[in-house]
Amino acid sequence: MKQLMKGNHALAEAAIRAGCRFFAGYPITPQSEILEYFSWRMPEAGGSFAQTSSEIEGINQVLGAAAAGQRAITSSSGPGFTLKQEGISYMQSLEVPAVIVDVMRYGIGLGDIFYGQGDYFQATKGGGHGGYLLPVYAPSSVQENADLVALAFDTAEKYRSPVIVLSDAAIGQMCGSVELPEMKEFDIDRFEWALKGRDRHYPQGRTLTDRMYYDFGYDEYDKHERDRYDAMKENEQLWEEVQAEDAEVILVSYGISSRICKEAVKAARAEGLRLGLIRAITVWPFPTKAFQKYNGKASAYMTVEMSQMGQMAEDAFIAAHCQTPVYSMPTGRDVADSEDIIANVKDILAGRKEAF
Amino acid sequence: MAMTKKIPDTIKGANTFCPGCGHGVVVRLIAEALEELGHADDAICAVAVGCSCLVNVALGIDKIGCPHGRASACAAGIKRVRPGNLVFSYQGDGDSLSIGLAETVYSAQRNEKFTQIIVNNGVFGMTGGQASPCTLIGQKTTTTVDGRSVNMSGVPLDIMKMFGQIESVAYLARGSVHDAQNILNTKRYIKKAFEAQMAGAGFSCVEILSPCPTNWHMEPVDSMERIAGVVSAYYPIGEIVTGGGLNA
Repeated sequence: MKQLMKGNHALAEAAIRAGCRFFAGYPITPQSEILEYFSWRMPEAGGSFAQTSSEIEGINQVLGAAAAGQRAITSSSGPGFTLKQEGISYMQSLEVPAVIVDVMRYGIGLGDIFYGQGDYFQATKGGGHGGYLLPVYAPSSVQENADLVALAFDTAEKYRSPVIVLSDAAIGQMCGSVELPEMKEFDIDRFEWALKGRDRHYPQGRTLTDRMYYDFGYDEYDKHERDRYDAMKENEQLWEEVQAEDAEVILVSYGISSRICKEAVKAARAEGLRLGLIRAITVWPFPTKAFQKYNGKASAYMTVEMSQMGQMAEDAFIAAHCQTPVYSMPTGRDVADSEDIIANVKDILAGRKEAF
Repeated sequence: MAMTKKIPDTIKGANTFCPGCGHGVVVRLIAEALEELGHADDAICAVAVGCSCLVNVALGIDKIGCPHGRASACAAGIKRVRPGNLVFSYQGDGDSLSIGLAETVYSAQRNEKFTQIIVNNGVFGMTGGQASPCTLIGQKTTTTVDGRSVNMSGVPLDIMKMFGQIESVAYLARGSVHDAQNILNTKRYIKKAFEAQMAGAGFSCVEILSPCPTNWHMEPVDSMERIAGVVSAYYPIGEIVTGGGLNA
């Protein structure tokens, strides 16, 4: 049954239905509806909710709850997402599965509460210390806010990794129709590795700490981490293509910006311009497999994203493998306009736009 | 009656703390308390960063290595999803009262129902003896080379006074491991804190004064005498709140 819901609410309800029974977080616009929704819905579903003193305390409560085997989630935006990076790095070193939502807003520092997509680097390049990676889903609709948060829990547990849902203020605040997933419940004791008290598997108790210390030799550990990330890159790439097959220029985008790109593809096609789109659903792993189909065939890729300078453009450049030139159209705090996108594409074709 | 020597089976063997360190005694007391209360099999420990992390090789129960200062937040998360387990954090004064003060105070303020164990030796031990929030006035460390001054650093932090203002706290005590009587009392405090937790009464904490001969640059016996003297004069030993929280 479809219903009309706000993006942030749909995400929170879908997390509950995906079996999540723990939330800890802190208010920040434009994600506060997630916190508010969980505050009553989580206890109703038999889970636990905490409004913590900071995002740091929130991510670390989630670390504890997830390490004890519970499906656990936290959410934030911009400055608060920064504070969570310490905990995310630890989650990856302990290999604790959990979901972190960043409802992106605009700008560095305090920035502003308007929509933006400036946290791309922080989300996709291991925003905390030490150089780790983790799956990042980028919803572009209310429906995907629900679908991808549920998928994020499955992926997190598949790899014992934290997973980010990289939403934005527009997706979080918009209302749309959504088909919510079925309600699931999970046994908190289902993982042998999770904290529960010593048992026959661990007669001297679990030591769930940086896996480098006790589970691997140093040389083995680096390979173990590489293998994990390689498996994610091989298995988890998700993307949507819109008329990319015969496109002369292929737009590359995600989230709110990709919605406008779809409109631009339609408008361009109406005037005979063969435009297409690769919409990244996972921004890490970046959908390089989509590019492999079109490298050397398409005349150009153009990334469309809301940031001060191109961020996704760098990943597109790497994915294009120097076989197709990449152009960047960063739109700062404005959502792209389809007429501007088409004008930029015409500039590319006329040799008037500088390549990235 | 013949006397038998019994070691809790959660003691994994020789620990790796420095000679004369109080941590080893505290770990042993926790192990005995867990065994006597019948919670050795369901105990989960949130382990701090610093010397406290050596509990990983000393104590044979489930443990998680937490980010520096965040052990109480992790413990709260664990206890919230596994309320039937006995959950405690094991932290030094640097971890819990400097970088982790917010997580510490708000765990008590929010009435998180785990037990916080704070081993207070007045220095950052693992990093080589820098001043901590609990370094005493006049005490020389690598970052207070002329001795801590009120003018430069304020007065030493007393977490029991802070916690004591929070009406919902279930159990608070400050113990010490500097002599046999205090060691026995500290074990009793730990057991009472654990019992308050398992009764669902609310937040509980035992702070334990502990020597650090290595970074105090003192002989072990002199370190014990220092606690009996100036340290316990500033940080009074004893129970602060009993029967509090939801039992009150």
